[in-house]
Amino acid sequence: MKTLIFVLGLTVIFSNANASPRDQMKIVGSSTVYPFSSYVAEEFGSVSRYPTPVVESTGTGGGMKLFCSDNSLNSPDIANASRRMKIKEFNLCERNGVKNITEAMFGYDGIVLAQSEKNKPLNISKKELLLALIKLVPNEKQDKLIDNPYQFWDQINSNLPHRKISIYGPPASSGTRDAFEEMVFEYQTDEIKVYRDAGLKGYRIIRTDGVYIPSGENDNLIVKKLSKDTAALGIFGYSFLTENSDTISGVTIEGIQPTAKNIATKQYPISRSLFFYIKNDHTKDVPAIKEYIEMFLNVDLIGEDGLLAEIGLIPLTDQEIKQSHERTSKYQKLTLNELKKNHGF
Amino acid sequence: MNNQKNHNPFYDPSLSSRHRSARLFKAFTRGSILITLAFLCFFIFDMVRTAYPAMWQSYVKVEVSYNEKSSKISQKAIDKKFRKIVSRAWLRSIPKLLKQQPELMGTTANQWVLADDQVDQYMKGHHHNLKQKQVSVIETLKTNAQIELRWNNIFLSQGDSKLPENAGVYSSLIGSIFTLFVTLAIAFPLGVMTAIHLEEFARDNMLTRIIEVNINNLAAIPSILFGLLGLAVFINLFGLPRSSPLVGGLTLALMTLPIIIVSARAALRSVPDSIRQAGYGLGLTKIQIIQGNVLPIAFPGILTGTIIGLAQAMGETAPLIIIGMIAFIPDSPNSITDAATVLPAQIFTWAGMPERAYVEKTAAGIMVILLILFFLNAAAIYLRKKYEIKW
Repeated sequence: MKTLIFVLGLTVIFSNANASPRDQMKIVGSSTVYPFSSYVAEEFGSVSRYPTPVVESTGTGGGMKLFCSDNSLNSPDIANASRRMKIKEFNLCERNGVKNITEAMFGYDGIVLAQSEKNKPLNISKKELLLALIKLVPNEKQDKLIDNPYQFWDQINSNLPHRKISIYGPPASSGTRDAFEEMVFEYQTDEIKVYRDAGLKGYRIIRTDGVYIPSGENDNLIVKKLSKDTAALGIFGYSFLTENSDTISGVTIEGIQPTAKNIATKQYPISRSLFFYIKNDHTKDVPAIKEYIEMFLNVDLIGEDGLLAEIGLIPLTDQEIKQSHERTSKYQKLTLNELKKNHGF
Repeated sequence: MNNQKNHNPFYDPSLSSRHRSARLFKAFTRGSILITLAFLCFFIFDMVRTAYPAMWQSYVKVEVSYNEKSSKISQKAIDKKFRKIVSRAWLRSIPKLLKQQPELMGTTANQWVLADDQVDQYMKGHHHNLKQKQVSVIETLKTNAQIELRWNNIFLSQGDSKLPENAGVYSSLIGSIFTLFVTLAIAFPLGVMTAIHLEEFARDNMLTRIIEVNINNLAAIPSILFGLLGLAVFINLFGLPRSSPLVGGLTLALMTLPIIIVSARAALRSVPDSIRQAGYGLGLTKIQIIQGNVLPIAFPGILTGTIIGLAQAMGETAPLIIIGMIAFIPDSPNSITDAATVLPAQIFTWAGMPERAYVEKTAAGIMVILLILFFLNAAAIYLRKKYEIKW
C-alpha cells in the first residue's frame, strides 16, 4: 500500500514537472557576475511581487552551456557572463533552437594583480607579466621559442626586485582566467614576431612548472594565501581588492593603479566588460524577466552612485547605460555579425 | 647478568629489546591520538572563535519619518547622515510596510533598526570600509547609547542574503530537511529490502557475488559521479526541476544506498541462525520469520547504519553543485519541487563571498552543521545501546 502511494506520488510529480508559465526566474553563469546578479535578485525578490530568482554560479562557460542547451521553459532565462559570448557558443544556441537572444552590458570589472600589504609597491608592465607567466618565451636572440626559464622577477627586468615569481590565480574553467589570458597573452603574442613565425597564432598557454598556481574559483583563498606567502602575487576580480585593502595592495600595471576610476576610463590595461544574455522566447511565459531587467539596468543600481558600485561594480557611463536600456527594452536580437564585428574589445 | 641467565630457565636474551619495541609501539599509538586530538581541538577552537561574533548583530536607533516621499524612495525616510549606517534590508522594506499599514503615513518614530554590515564590523572591532565621517557619526551614536550589539536572531530565522547583516541559515536548513526526507524515503526501504533479499533469499552464486562486489564498490566511488548521474537521469531524462530537493534527495539516496545496504546486511548476518531455525521448527513462513523475529533483532544495527548514511548525505556538497543546488536561493522551499539550497551548500557559497562579514557567518554555519551531525551521531549511538540485544 505504501509503495502504491509512493509510486502515485512520483507520477504526480513527474507529470507536473513539464513546463508551464512560472513566476520564478532562473539565472546561471559567471562567478564574477554572481555577486551583482544575486544582489539584484534579492532586491527584486523583496520589492516586486515575484519570488526571488534562483541565481547559480556556474562560471561563464558552464552557464553558456546550460543556457544554450534548450529553449524550453525548464532552461535558464538569463546567462551571466564576464566576457562576451563566443561565436562557438552562439552557434551551439542556434543548433539547440535558442535563436532569439538579447545582449546587455551592465558594467566593467578590472582583473587586478595584488600582493601582501607588507611588500614595497610593485610596478609591472604587461610585457613583463607575459614573460613571467607564458609557457614558451623568446630566447635572447629573439629568434626561437624556449621553455620559460624565469624564476625571479629581476631575470626579466633588472629594475624589478629579486623576488621569486609565484602567482596564484583562477583555474582554466574560469571566465576571469579566460579574459586574463586573452588580454595579457593573446593580444601580445600576436604582436611578437617569434610567435608569429612559429605559427602560434593567439598563443595563450600558461606555464605549468609550478610558478603559476591555479587556486580554484574561490578568490578568498587566494587573498588568504597572499598574506602568508608574501613573495607571491595573486590574480582576481577588483571587488576582492577593495574588500581586503587591509591585508593586500594592488600592483600597478604599466604605472597605472587599479582603481575604480582607472578601470572605468579603460586606462587600467586589464579590464573587461560584464554582460548578461536574455532568452527572449521566455519573456512571455516568465513575466518577471521584464521587470528584473528594468530594475537591473537602472541608474540606482548600476550607476555611479548605484548600490552595485558599493559592492565593487565599476559603472558604465550614463550614455552606455542608456544604450543597454534601449537594446533590452525592445529585445534587440543578437546576431552573429555583431559578435564577429567587435569580438574582444 | 650472567647469573640471571644461569638461574632463570625462561630467560630470553631478546626480551629487553622486545619490551622496548612494545613500549615504542604504545607510544606511537598514543602519539597518533594526541595529534588527531590536537588537530580537532585547533579546528574547533578556531571555528568557535571566528563564529562567536556572528551571534551578535548591531542595531541603531534612528528617527524614521513615514511620508509620501519615503513610500517611493525609502532612503528619504531617515536623515542623510544615517543612510550608510542603517541596513538596506530594512530600508527597502519601508514602501511595503506603508502599503500594509497606511495609518503610519505622516508619522515619525524613534526606532531601533538593523545596522549596515560595515557598521557591524566596526562595532565588533574588525576591518571595515567606513569613511571618517561615518565613524564619527557612529561614535556619537555610541556615546548616546543609540547603537548596540544584540542577540542575532536573524541568523536562524532568515535565508541567504547579499547583505551580510540580513543573511541566515533558515532556508538552507529547511532545504536540508526536505532533501534528507526524500533521501530517507527512498534509500531506507530500497536499501533494507535489498539487504533482506541478499541475506535471506538469494542463493550464493556468481550473480549475487557480482552484485555484492558492485555494491561495495559503489560505496567507495567519488560522490561527484552521483551528481553527474543525477543530472543525466533525473533532470535530463525525467525532466524533474533543477535545483529542487527532489532531485537532490534522489541523488543523495543513490549515494546513501550502498551504506545502508552494507550495514543492514551486517546487522542481518549478526542475527543468530538458531532464531531462524526455531521459526522453521514452529512452522512459520519466511515472511513471518523475517518480519517477526529477524528484523526486530537486526533493527538497531540497520538504524545506526541509516543514520550514519544520512549524516554523510547531510554534509555532502559535490554532487549538489552539478544539479544546481549550490545557488543563490534566499526563499525557503514550500514543496520538494521548489528550488532550494542545503546547509553545506550555504556554507560553501558564503566562503566565496568577498565581504568580510561573511567570514563569521561561514564559521557560524559550520558550527550549526557540526551540532546537527553531533546530535545525529549521538542518536545513532543511543538507539543502538537502547535496543541492542546481547547474546
